[in-house]
Amino acid sequence: MNLGPHMTFIVSAYGVAALIVAAMIAWVMFDHRRQLRMLAELEARGITRRSERRNGDPD
Amino acid sequence: MKLIDLANPSRFLALAERVLPWLTTATVIVFAFGFGQVLSAPDDYQQGATVKIMFIHVPAAWLATFGWALMTAAALGTLVWRHPLADVAAKAAAPIGASFALICLVTGWLWGTPMWGLRNMRDVTVVSLSDARIASVLVLFLMYLGVIALWRTIEDPARAGRAAAILILVGAINLPIIKFSVDWWNTLHQPASILRLGGPTIHPTILLPLLIMLAAFTLLFLTLLIAAMRNEILRRRVRTMLILQAEAAGR
Repeated sequence: MNLGPHMTFIVSAYGVAALIVAAMIAWVMFDHRRQLRMLAELEARGITRRSERRNGDPD
Repeated sequence: MKLIDLANPSRFLALAERVLPWLTTATVIVFAFGFGQVLSAPDDYQQGATVKIMFIHVPAAWLATFGWALMTAAALGTLVWRHPLADVAAKAAAPIGASFALICLVTGWLWGTPMWGLRNMRDVTVVSLSDARIASVLVLFLMYLGVIALWRTIEDPARAGRAAAILILVGAINLPIIKFSVDWWNTLHQPASILRLGGPTIHPTILLPLLIMLAAFTLLFLTLLIAAMRNEILRRRVRTMLILQAEAAGR
């Protein structure tokens, strides 16, 4: 595929977009793991939310 | 499941776990199909191959404004109906919307530089500040950063949500300015060519890949939004449990 004289601009645009999208995906995935790890640590220490203690409903 | 059930964070979490694998798969498939279409799309008769930048620039612009519109609806949900998931949705949407605004700006600069004959960063800066469309999207990006900063400044999520909701509603004034900036002022940026009276002005061989990429990026946005909302609900649970731990330690 010939991208012509402005290939640098086209490739850079797709590269920047891919980097930002990859950063968003990484942020969401790592944040999820972090929150789950913290929840597990707190539960292991015997900390439960009031609603869980009240009726077992996890809200 | 009724729609109102989604107001319950636990039910939302359960739904997110079920929906996210399907949304992720759909996003990957539509992107794969879209990139195939982009590769086979013809060059523009005036802009040559640089028209390929449009396939990421336009979806990013759409999602940057859609993100703020969604946050505006969520802000109303926070202030009027006190919906428990409204400020969760707004907070989760802000960094995603900001990212798409940044993609829109950067790809716009990279597209405009050869097409408008910009020679250096000074030219780029002058055009960015004097062109109404670029300047209004730049303002949108800065407003996203402002809302994110506000959430980080106020520790209590409920108070932060209400303060952010007011800022979001004020910022919504910018949305029609972005949309109609190319009609109200003389801009280097081209006028509307998809959503306009009289139909699109783009040739079908370029319009079809663009519409598929719009669908792919929208699916990506929704996937990221639901995943980020799930994370935010979990973060609030962690916060509640840390407060309870501190209370127990204080007794």
